[in-house]
Amino acid sequence: MTEKDQSSLSEDNYFNEQKQEVYHLRLFVTGASPNSARAITNLKDICETHLKGNYDLEIVDVYQQPLTVEHEQIIALPMLIKKAPGIERRLIGDMSNTGKVLKGLGLQTEN
Amino acid sequence: MTKSHKKQQTIFKTLPKTPTGINGLDEITDGGLPAGRPTLICGEAGCGKTLMSLEFIVRGVTLFNEPGVFMAFEEKTDELAMNVASLGFDLYKLQEEKKVKLDHVHIDRSEIEETGEYDLEGLFIRLGHAIDSIGAKRVVLDTLENLFSGLNNQTILRAELRRLFTFLKNKGVTAIITGEKGDGGALTRQGLEEYVSDCVILLDHRVINQISTRRLRVVKYRGSQHGTNEYPFLIDEDGISLLPVTSLGLEKAVSSKRVSSGIPALDYMLGGQGFFRGSSILVSGTAGTGKTSIGAYFAAETCKQKKKCLYFAFEESPNQIIRNMRSISIDLQQYVDNGLLRFHASRPTLYGLEMHLVAIYKLIKQFQPATVILDPITNLITVGSVSEVKSMLVRLIDFLQNEQITVMFTALSLNTIVNEQTDEGVSSLVDTWMLVRDIEHNGERNRGLYIMKSRGMKHSNQVREFIITDKGLDLVDVYLGPDGVLTGSAREAQQLKEKTGVALRDFAVSRKDKEIIRKRKTLEAKISSLQAEFESVEEELNRIYYEDELKQQIMNKNREEITKMRRGIKEESPVKKKK
Repeated sequence: MTEKDQSSLSEDNYFNEQKQEVYHLRLFVTGASPNSARAITNLKDICETHLKGNYDLEIVDVYQQPLTVEHEQIIALPMLIKKAPGIERRLIGDMSNTGKVLKGLGLQTEN
Repeated sequence: MTKSHKKQQTIFKTLPKTPTGINGLDEITDGGLPAGRPTLICGEAGCGKTLMSLEFIVRGVTLFNEPGVFMAFEEKTDELAMNVASLGFDLYKLQEEKKVKLDHVHIDRSEIEETGEYDLEGLFIRLGHAIDSIGAKRVVLDTLENLFSGLNNQTILRAELRRLFTFLKNKGVTAIITGEKGDGGALTRQGLEEYVSDCVILLDHRVINQISTRRLRVVKYRGSQHGTNEYPFLIDEDGISLLPVTSLGLEKAVSSKRVSSGIPALDYMLGGQGFFRGSSILVSGTAGTGKTSIGAYFAAETCKQKKKCLYFAFEESPNQIIRNMRSISIDLQQYVDNGLLRFHASRPTLYGLEMHLVAIYKLIKQFQPATVILDPITNLITVGSVSEVKSMLVRLIDFLQNEQITVMFTALSLNTIVNEQTDEGVSSLVDTWMLVRDIEHNGERNRGLYIMKSRGMKHSNQVREFIITDKGLDLVDVYLGPDGVLTGSAREAQQLKEKTGVALRDFAVSRKDKEIIRKRKTLEAKISSLQAEFESVEEELNRIYYEDELKQQIMNKNREEITKMRRGIKEESPVKKKK
């Protein structure tokens, strides 16, 4: 695990240096459910580690804004939508699988 | 719904139901789908699942004022609306009126990365919001199984599905979930039936001998009685039509009113009044024996009575029938023009038997005729087996008798075994069975008509010769002589022979009469001459007698004179001299 983190870290820095693009992230959660709480913690960890200072995270509670659910085509929760950079990506789950999250965010090209 | 529910409660609480408004489905399910519970509709691709569920929503709004949510996992809302626009459903308008809510759920596996534990709360919120926003009573989830192709984690999905059904029940909505038929015997690919335990409906689209038939079966319906058979259904411009064809109750009303067949001589054979109203009549016979003509006569007679007649032609086109019937002086065109007669011509191979039945059923419901003619039923055998045709006709007759519609079938009997079987199979069902047969004799073919049976009326046991002329149809007595049954020209010859015989005898009789008169005349002449002779003899005799008397008188006179003269001489003794 640590090894992987290390390697990805180096690559990540490499990317950041090259593009320096701001990551627009929206995390949809359902109140204070265990999955949601875990997702928030996990995502914040990942962002702080890999995208320090280079991301814009918005956390939306769908219970408060039910209309966004239909608009954003949300089915499974918690869900993270990466709006930028590059194409839109959707990640669902509690973000516990760091490797997949990084892959989904386009931060990890090669394992 | 609530009203009827309360009414039932007074006896004991039964399952409340939500009527679907789909033709026939409510009859099969004894009132509709279980209210407030999910129902599974499963079947292969293209069997009408989406349409049926969409019709459930639309009918709910239009007929029962129950708003509905349609959540589509496959088609986009625009596509859906366009697909059903041909059926006269205006989804956009209904959506604007907040009666219907269409929601397209888009799932694409390639866009989604699963990073751990999740749930389908998003779907729940979406659904809940949709239901609450229009106060929906009906919900459709069109192919929920698409979730399985979009998401990987089966364990989560299954747990969430279970939660979804509980959620729907808690919301109190009547839901339809559609599912694709799985391989083998499985009802659905993902085993949805294990979650939906209340009502499962299976749709089927079978092609046998290149002819497709759609069928529906209620696989299970917990807490309610339901029809268990496979029912054919039709998708046409009015949506789905189901025919609950096995309602074979035998407690229908009967009529003792009579209807004329249009052929007076035939009516005479049937106790003088024709068929019973609402009865079924079978006319069978070999090719070219005039079955269609009998049918057309009956149709014309019905129209003449200002009643409606529906003519199903499986062999000829309406124009062909009208032209042909003109040759026997029936003008069917006038009845077509004034709307009393309607033709429905279709090739039997157009669709399957059951579809024919549904189509016939629908047309009859629409047109409300007094008489229905099916010409000929034997052509239906090209699309089904004998037993299938029979079962179809049983149901048709059953339906028609319930509606008090008189029906006439014509059946072609060939010399093949199959068709004879149809004859016999149907003949036990019908009330009146007439057989038109070829009688081949003396180098010609003539038609003979028998009444094989006619329930509930006195009918002739005689064979009549059935003749078709320019003036129309007629029945004449066949000649039953010492040489057997004579028909056609043989009958005419025999009749002529008899006529000659009569003339000859008449002549002989009159000759004898004249002879008697002559004889009497001669005798009378003789008598008068004898009389004259007698008179002359009598006169002669009288003359002699008179002469004698005269002589006597004269003699007496003379004597007196002489005596007187003598007295002149001797007057003293006149007394003495007197004798």
